[in-house]
Amino acid sequence: MSAYDPSTLDVTGDESIDSWRGVAPEDVDDVPGNLAVLLRSRSRALLGSLLRPHRRTMLWATALISVNMVAHLSGPWFVGMAIDEGIPPLLEGGDGSVRPLVTIVGGFLVATVVGAVTFNAFLLVSGRIGQDVIVDIRHRLARHFTRLSIGFHQRYTSGRVISRQTSDVDAISELLGHGLLQLTTSVLTLGGITVILVVLDPVLAVASLAVMPALYGLTRWFRHHSEQAYRATREAIALVIVHFVESLGGIQAVQAFRREPRNQEIFDDLDGRYRDANIWSARLAATYGPGVQFAGRLTTAVVLLYGGSRVIDGHIEIGVLAAFVLYLRRFFEPMQELSQFYNLFQAAAAATEKLSGVLDESPAVPPADDPVPLTEARGAIEFEGVTFSYGTAVDHRSTERGASGRSDTILRHLDLEIPAGQTVAIVGETGAGKSTIARLVARLWDPTDGVVGLDGIDLRRLDDDDLRRAVVMVTQDNFLFSGTVADNIAVGRPGASRAEIERAAAAIGADDFIRGLPFGFDTDIQAKGARLSAGQRQLLAFARAFLADPAVLILDEATSSLDIPSERLVQRALRTLLADRTAIIIAHRLTTVEIADRVLVVDDGRVVEDGSPAELRARGGEYADLHGAWAASLV
Amino acid sequence: MRPTTTPARVFHPASVNLRRVAPYLRPHAGRMWFVAVSAVLSISAALATPLIAKAVIDGPIADGDKAAIVPWAALSIALAAVEAGLARIRRVVLATTAMDVETRLRNDLYRHLQRLDVGFHDRWQSGQLLSRATSDIATIRRFSAFGAVFLLIISLEVVGIFVLLVTLYWPLALVAAGFSVPVLVLCTRFERQYTAVVRRIQDELGDMTTEIEEAAKGIGVIKSFGRARYAFDRYDSHVQRVHASQMERIGIHTKFVWLLAIVPNLILTATLLAGVLAVGSGAITLGGLFAFVSYVLILVFPLEALGWILAMAQEAMTAADRVYDVLDTPPVIADSPGAVDIDDALAGEGRPGVTGHLRFEDVRFTYPTSAGSVPGAGSERDETLVEPPEVLRGVDLVIEAGETLALVGATGSGKSTIAALLARLYDPSGGRITLDGHDLRDLTVNSLRRHVGFAFEEATLFSASVRENLRIGKPDCTDDEIAEALRIAHADFVHGLPWGLDTRIGEQGMTLSGGQRQRLALARAVIARPTILVFDDPLSALDVHTEALVEDALRPMLVDRTALVVVHRPSTIALADRAALLDGGRIVATGTHSELLATQPRYRSILAQERDPDRDAGVPA
Repeated sequence: MSAYDPSTLDVTGDESIDSWRGVAPEDVDDVPGNLAVLLRSRSRALLGSLLRPHRRTMLWATALISVNMVAHLSGPWFVGMAIDEGIPPLLEGGDGSVRPLVTIVGGFLVATVVGAVTFNAFLLVSGRIGQDVIVDIRHRLARHFTRLSIGFHQRYTSGRVISRQTSDVDAISELLGHGLLQLTTSVLTLGGITVILVVLDPVLAVASLAVMPALYGLTRWFRHHSEQAYRATREAIALVIVHFVESLGGIQAVQAFRREPRNQEIFDDLDGRYRDANIWSARLAATYGPGVQFAGRLTTAVVLLYGGSRVIDGHIEIGVLAAFVLYLRRFFEPMQELSQFYNLFQAAAAATEKLSGVLDESPAVPPADDPVPLTEARGAIEFEGVTFSYGTAVDHRSTERGASGRSDTILRHLDLEIPAGQTVAIVGETGAGKSTIARLVARLWDPTDGVVGLDGIDLRRLDDDDLRRAVVMVTQDNFLFSGTVADNIAVGRPGASRAEIERAAAAIGADDFIRGLPFGFDTDIQAKGARLSAGQRQLLAFARAFLADPAVLILDEATSSLDIPSERLVQRALRTLLADRTAIIIAHRLTTVEIADRVLVVDDGRVVEDGSPAELRARGGEYADLHGAWAASLV
Repeated sequence: MRPTTTPARVFHPASVNLRRVAPYLRPHAGRMWFVAVSAVLSISAALATPLIAKAVIDGPIADGDKAAIVPWAALSIALAAVEAGLARIRRVVLATTAMDVETRLRNDLYRHLQRLDVGFHDRWQSGQLLSRATSDIATIRRFSAFGAVFLLIISLEVVGIFVLLVTLYWPLALVAAGFSVPVLVLCTRFERQYTAVVRRIQDELGDMTTEIEEAAKGIGVIKSFGRARYAFDRYDSHVQRVHASQMERIGIHTKFVWLLAIVPNLILTATLLAGVLAVGSGAITLGGLFAFVSYVLILVFPLEALGWILAMAQEAMTAADRVYDVLDTPPVIADSPGAVDIDDALAGEGRPGVTGHLRFEDVRFTYPTSAGSVPGAGSERDETLVEPPEVLRGVDLVIEAGETLALVGATGSGKSTIAALLARLYDPSGGRITLDGHDLRDLTVNSLRRHVGFAFEEATLFSASVRENLRIGKPDCTDDEIAEALRIAHADFVHGLPWGLDTRIGEQGMTLSGGQRQRLALARAVIARPTILVFDDPLSALDVHTEALVEDALRPMLVDRTALVVVHRPSTIALADRAALLDGGRIVATGTHSELLATQPRYRSILAQERDPDRDAGVPA
């Protein structure tokens, strides 16, 4: 057996080619060493809580597989018996000389049927447990991710949310679906056969297991290296996929800039690394698999040699020797399987750690313990001494804030009252705290200090359903879900009738362009929202909000990406939309601001001007300046 | 909302496409022969082992001659060593070959995908392409290298075992054969059912992943509308569907196991009963019975494997169809026969070089397919096709060399389409566009794009260092050029990033704001100082103040360059010498900003923020 030297293999790639990737903060997914113990206990707790509901069925499964093992492993025993007990009477001849053989074969048949029945039952029972656990994990994750705050999602990024719910759950599912079954049967087979061999003939058993230390060493070597090779393979394919998806997703830029040759160069390099890592992995398996096989054959030869002489000496029967050889065949197969599933096991363990970590994350905006019912909100909003600092709530990887050099405290003891039905526009520089006010009203974040209230009730004491029915926020980031245009508007109020959906679109002025689409309201919006312009997407978002019909509507820079004709359209619709509800508008376009009843000028987390647009224009402060500049730009 | 439809698959009875993989294997022909020969040797060695046991049982053990066992044991070990050694080499050779085939096939697919036009990529979701590049190609690899060889090995093994069984004691061989046929048939059938379910589970998991992605990316909408329960229900319907399919898979698996657990043991009991009787009657020796039982046990694996190899072949054919579906799509945008390099063409005419004079003559454009149709369904693709509306209906426009033209039009009027036509990301469906008098389609794509620099509203950045992202504009740019481009785009924030120009950005790296991304995309466009610049509203995410700064820095660059600027807001128009109004798919007017404002009500309605008459009535300005 020649050990393969991984140092001759270039899995990390040529550094000069690699430099294109640049440097990034260390992957937060990596588990630092000193936390490992804590994490492991957390994973165990997660596993425990997942399996607890299945305790009874697991007992069943264990019983079934135990019975199965006994039946399954009895085969060679019966063969040996048939040779030792069945043949001699036959050779002697006479009445009933076949009876021992028939009894033995009959026993074998019964064992076969029992084995098959118990194994089938075990497969069904354990399969159901596995699938139920997976459903449980998926449910927990989905619920937990929607409970976690926007701050968490900004920090954690959608990419990681997705891979927790896809590749990590898949790793566990893979283990439960295939690996665990093999693992259980392999371990039981190994143990069972060892016991049987010892019972059959302890001396021969010791002789035939003599090869075990060497095999143990080989297995350790293989596990150690294959773990590295496996990781190298995963890393390499991940890079291939990222490059593939990104460069083809951005094909427009790629082709416009004639980037194809360079992309091909990078792709060939990454793909080559993936190939090399795979070959490395295959080489390890090519040493291990035949190695185990050879050990098995060596053992068989030893057993034949030594066992044969024991038969000759009369220590054992010939049938025992036959059974031995047949058992050894079954002994080395699961050894190979065990090491194949080691990687699966490893991956599932890592996935469990990541999942338990994210499930342990407590929501920064927790649901109310004892919610105050609010069926019909009026829409009065109060800020009482509200202080807000980002602290851990903000994305630590974002550079915008660091560059602006502001302090982390965004709002300081803000007091503000917005009576029901009032339309308030908030004006101020980037970073002044406008969006923070909006997000506090929508309870995407909670204040660090003070109280934000709706109709005199602290938002933290409202049931989420009641709050969301009362308060809706529209931003610039309008994700469209796959499905039709109508489906997307219906997100505002699931279950809305088609007529209501169309009415909402008409009220916003979106129906013109919708009817121009190939299938009108039934046009499928592809994930990229391919053919819809930013303005059109925004109009759909407004229709969504219109359909939701909340008591409080927040528009956070919602009109910024509209072109002027669309904005004009929305402007008209906004007037109807805002008429009988509280509205908070954040905009840098004064056309939108001017329709407000009241304008707040915010600077460094404080309200510096407060009044109707006309009053503020007349007062000659910051707003008047802004308005002056804007008026001058008009024609 | 409608669940994502999974394209129906077309099964071809005999796949021609799978055979087209053969050229990838051809360089490895010698190795494949080695693999086949060594496989035959290995099988022979493996099949000899029970015969050795037989010889030992019938010879030395029966005779009580201990010493005579030794040579047999030595032979057995020698055979095992040969077999293991060959197996190791064979597996390495196979893996190397297979991975080489897979890698070359994937690289070729990627090369082809990069050549395919933007229209193709609009129709195909990247997930669809990815599954072809990864799982489908891996399926082809598994079959073309392992599957084909295993098919040979296993067939030989089955034949070999039966020959041996017949030689040992033919009535028993009949018993074994009698059981083997149903095992083979049922295995193949279950394997097919199993594969079908697994495939369906993969599709369902794919749909579920789309749902997960949407919920993750749309978390802002879900939270602000309080739609957690709604999103959960949508997701749960996928979860339940997968769960049901998984249980179905387990059901089929149990049938499988039932067959594989019970039948071999039935053969064994039958063999044992008949065999022991035969030993009793002296028809075979004890060693012969032992060898027989061993062969019957060996036989189970190849029978099982035949089932999955046949299923694998079917899988590989489907996968090959899916891969060649893409590889057979010809790129719409490609160099026409006789296409010339623009610089060569102009030099041939005795002109100094590209001036950037652009002319649109009756240009018409319709997007290739409607957004509603689903790609990947092979011949069924045409069924849902509805004639999409014509976006451009005869655009006539001249952009003089060195001029900066603002293109103004309502949302969806086709401004971005005109910008994309200039780089031949699409070709017009009617009419023509010329650069310095040459139809763009008569020029090599490469030479055209060399002279055009782009910045789009949606700033596409890649998961690479800032430097690499800028180099996309000019592969050999110097640090000075980078600094200058960053200055023009007001993207100095780059110097504040933790690793400066080496900081990784994009999905896998540092998160940048929309404005930062747009400024980097702008820097990328200007870094090569191309003759023609095309800006498709590239400053939309900047605040008014920053936009003004960028425009000031940009202006000197535009003086002697042809530029087309798609304009959505009045602030950007200051860059342009002249404006053109696009309406109803045509250019309806051109002129200076103030001319158009004065004469074109449509232009004014698109670009001018008017005070709302019914509001302003009572308010002094």
